[in-house]
Amino acid sequence: MDNIAGTKSSLTWATHLSVLALVLLWLIPTIGLFVSSFRDRDQISESGWWQAPFAVELTARGRTGTEATQEGDVYVVTGNIYDDPEAKSYFPGGGGEIVAFGTSGRNPGEFEAGTPVDLGDGESLVVNGDGTYEWRTPEDPGDRGQRVYFAAESPPSFTTDNYEQVLTSDGMDRAFINTLTVTIPATIIPILIAAFAAYALAWMDFPGRGVLIAVVVGLLVVPLQLALVPMLNLHNRIGIGQSFMGIWFAHTAFGMPLAVYLLRNYMVGLPRDIIESAKVDGATDFELFIRIVLPLSLPALAAFSIFQFLWTWNDLLVAKVFLPSDDASKVMTVKIADDLLGSRGGDWGILATAAFVSIAVPLIVFFSMQRFLVRGLLAGSVK
Amino acid sequence: MPIIVQGLITILVGVGGCVGYFYLSNLALDKVIFPAKGENIGRNINRANAVRPWLFLFPAIFVLGLYLVYPVVGSFWRSLFGRNPNDFVGFGNYVSLAQSPDFRISFFNNFLWAIVVPAASTFLGLLVAQLTDKLSWGNIAKSLIFMPMAISFVGASLIWKFVYANDADIGLINAVRAMFGFDNPIDVLQIPFWNNFFLMVILIWIQTGFAMVILSAALRGIPEETIEAAILDGANPWQLFFKIKVPQIMATIVVVWTTITILVLKVFDIVYTMTGGNFGTEILPSYMMDFMFRDDGRATAIAFVIMLVVLPVMVWNIIEARKETR
Repeated sequence: MDNIAGTKSSLTWATHLSVLALVLLWLIPTIGLFVSSFRDRDQISESGWWQAPFAVELTARGRTGTEATQEGDVYVVTGNIYDDPEAKSYFPGGGGEIVAFGTSGRNPGEFEAGTPVDLGDGESLVVNGDGTYEWRTPEDPGDRGQRVYFAAESPPSFTTDNYEQVLTSDGMDRAFINTLTVTIPATIIPILIAAFAAYALAWMDFPGRGVLIAVVVGLLVVPLQLALVPMLNLHNRIGIGQSFMGIWFAHTAFGMPLAVYLLRNYMVGLPRDIIESAKVDGATDFELFIRIVLPLSLPALAAFSIFQFLWTWNDLLVAKVFLPSDDASKVMTVKIADDLLGSRGGDWGILATAAFVSIAVPLIVFFSMQRFLVRGLLAGSVK
Repeated sequence: MPIIVQGLITILVGVGGCVGYFYLSNLALDKVIFPAKGENIGRNINRANAVRPWLFLFPAIFVLGLYLVYPVVGSFWRSLFGRNPNDFVGFGNYVSLAQSPDFRISFFNNFLWAIVVPAASTFLGLLVAQLTDKLSWGNIAKSLIFMPMAISFVGASLIWKFVYANDADIGLINAVRAMFGFDNPIDVLQIPFWNNFFLMVILIWIQTGFAMVILSAALRGIPEETIEAAILDGANPWQLFFKIKVPQIMATIVVVWTTITILVLKVFDIVYTMTGGNFGTEILPSYMMDFMFRDDGRATAIAFVIMLVVLPVMVWNIIEARKETR
């Protein structure tokens, strides 16, 4: 098309740039989450994730040592502030260049690093950029060193601590397994049921077929919310209650209209010759379905499984209603929405990590199976 | 028994049960009930073939009927009773809903969502589809914009919490504000009325990819001749797009639009995780969850209102589908 007169124009550059802008706009929020999940908790609250590769200025405090050497009537204490365990604890990635220092918590960056400061009563203090200090005092320091506040560059530090914490101590490991437990049966079981029904609706002649197809199309849009109360009550009455059994049934049923609709649309498009010649050769419907239609429909089956997998993995509503709300059976979405956001609203590192753990699997599935997903979407809505 | 083992057993029982059911029921039909032999062979084969579709359909019809058809009736029936399931109140729940300011806010917000989100997603999807159509790296761009489709609404909400955070060192919006010299960070989720739009952005972010994929396929499906003819007649790129391409994919645009509209009416996750329905951001699905487990009568009444809102789309869908199958 590019060689047709009139299509290639100055718009080309504008197109490249605007697509680039849109892609960046779409990616930035996710990148932010990803970067934040690898950052140290202190760094997250000190600087935005977009500054993650750069050093952050942190304020910290420590104490000088007490081993003094006497010069005349002045005691001189020298050392490195980073040798103080308290000061060190602020900088897990190692302390950087000290920018400024001070002696009061109210104004930790009062003096520039390297300038000697008179503290009154004959005392003086200097802290250099590399952390070395010299404190001169007319009195024996005894066993208490001088309080030093300072502002220092903290080099960018990336850690996997957040992941360790999320996966080991916050119950996310349990939730991950629960999500997997809900998802896999709820993805596999509807396929076969739907495939048989779709075959009947596509290739068998019987009165009421048109009505049934219309009903399935109608059920595609029935809001799930309607089913919550009556079905939960029914589950309670027949003894399933809130349980994994219940949620498997629920997901199987809620995925069914889309499954039947997608598979039928695909099966109808299979070449009529193949099916009719098989029938002429004496194949029963059952054999025809198992041997010919099912293998030919693999792309549609794959498309539906991806949909159903993503939908059940990402679902919050059905899990909240049909699963018990105890810790042992929470899935990841519920865990994040109810526990982490509620009680740890301010712990951004943990939030980011938990979110990333929960979206990692769908993203892998998505990027590896995108072709099928697109094909499935198209089978569902474009004729 | 560990739950994962229970899951594996369920898969085995479920799949095995399905295969067993279909195989055995067909076998029984052909060999026992209407055997294809003996004096009535012709009649038996016909009868077996008349019954067989229903054997194939039975499990699907059973679960659809139980979990999707029965609840329409069941929910409506339950909504005629109060908090106590024996306490018949007629349309009392609906009356008190109509009088509740919260319900009116959620209804109005839902209306806003149903207008803004489909419109914006379809428009952006169409824009991206058209822009990437001729690009060498168009597929990569599309794949990246499509990506949010894989992310849960909860995950997406968390991602956007980092954009909206009320802190210039975490939230992008406040960081940009700070860059322009506004010192005090704002919480965009607490700005009355406009906070709704900040929540909608999340769903638009997710759904644009969906619209893009479908519209991009539709654009590819436009016959080249119409485009070439238009170019020969001297159409500029804008005319080409709005007067030649868009009218030809109008049907697909409508499908995308309605699909997103229906989705919008069901999504409760975003409001639930971002604001919990506070600050005037309640929508019907999240409003319903406020009553779930507490007042089933009220909850089912709201669910039924959602159903009524969806109903016109449903009828339209069915009519369209009937046209095609005929």
